[in-house]
Amino acid sequence: MSPQTRAVENWTLQPLTDFVREASARMVLVLTPAGQVLAQSGFSRAVDVMSAAALAAAIVASTGALARELRQPPFAALSHQGRKHGFFLASFSSERGTLAVLAVYDLAVSSLGLVQLFYEQLAADLKAASPKGAVPKQVLAADFERELTDSLNTLFGR
Amino acid sequence: MSAALDLITRVRGVRGAMLVSAEDGLIVAEQLMEGVKGAAVAALAASLAGRLQRAMEAAGIGSSVFWHLQGEQGALLVVPGGNAAGGILVVAVAEPDVNIGLVRLELLRAAEAVV
Repeated sequence: MSPQTRAVENWTLQPLTDFVREASARMVLVLTPAGQVLAQSGFSRAVDVMSAAALAAAIVASTGALARELRQPPFAALSHQGRKHGFFLASFSSERGTLAVLAVYDLAVSSLGLVQLFYEQLAADLKAASPKGAVPKQVLAADFERELTDSLNTLFGR
Repeated sequence: MSAALDLITRVRGVRGAMLVSAEDGLIVAEQLMEGVKGAAVAALAASLAGRLQRAMEAAGIGSSVFWHLQGEQGALLVVPGGNAAGGILVVAVAEPDVNIGLVRLELLRAAEAVV
């Protein structure tokens, strides 16, 4: 996997680069709850970004629905740890709308504690860097495929 | 676990003590004075412990028993509890002039107590 970090929206690039370095994360996505990717790090194939973004968006939606059923605010973060890798998924509000961060880390080089710690910094940096007064762009179903293709072209330098 | 931390925090100059999961860097139990960033210390100490362990294995000198980082404004002291303690690190944050020997003794006692 390439450690390269690329962004569709440039204001996300520096905070994400810092997070990847400090948390020693293997792969990271910054996305909207609709699955629109703003930045990625560590992915080498567009199909992996598409799958990860779709699955992350589905998890955000399903845990949000579960929280509503329980009459609770949305869950702040979700963590899953396997034998060699862990993943961390959390969302926060910004001027760009709600954003989600999916981070995959190797247990040999990082930990949930480190990822949580530097995620808080990432969320704060993204909130500070997000364009002020910007109305979150709505991606219509009719435009989704074109938007997705444009994003993937930007992320993979095509 | 609280009793184990009491052993450490009663030493004069200790600003806080924690039991930290070495594997994921999360706090298991804590007694910290205000101003000590427990989550950050726990995550970074666990990361450092893992790297030190690998360095010591590479050097062929076995596992670490105690480590002490002296800063200008304080000290970080850690006893890795080992597998018998479920991979728990016993961590103390102290003033620069703390009695290191006494804190070390209490950290070792606390590590035994959490087994």
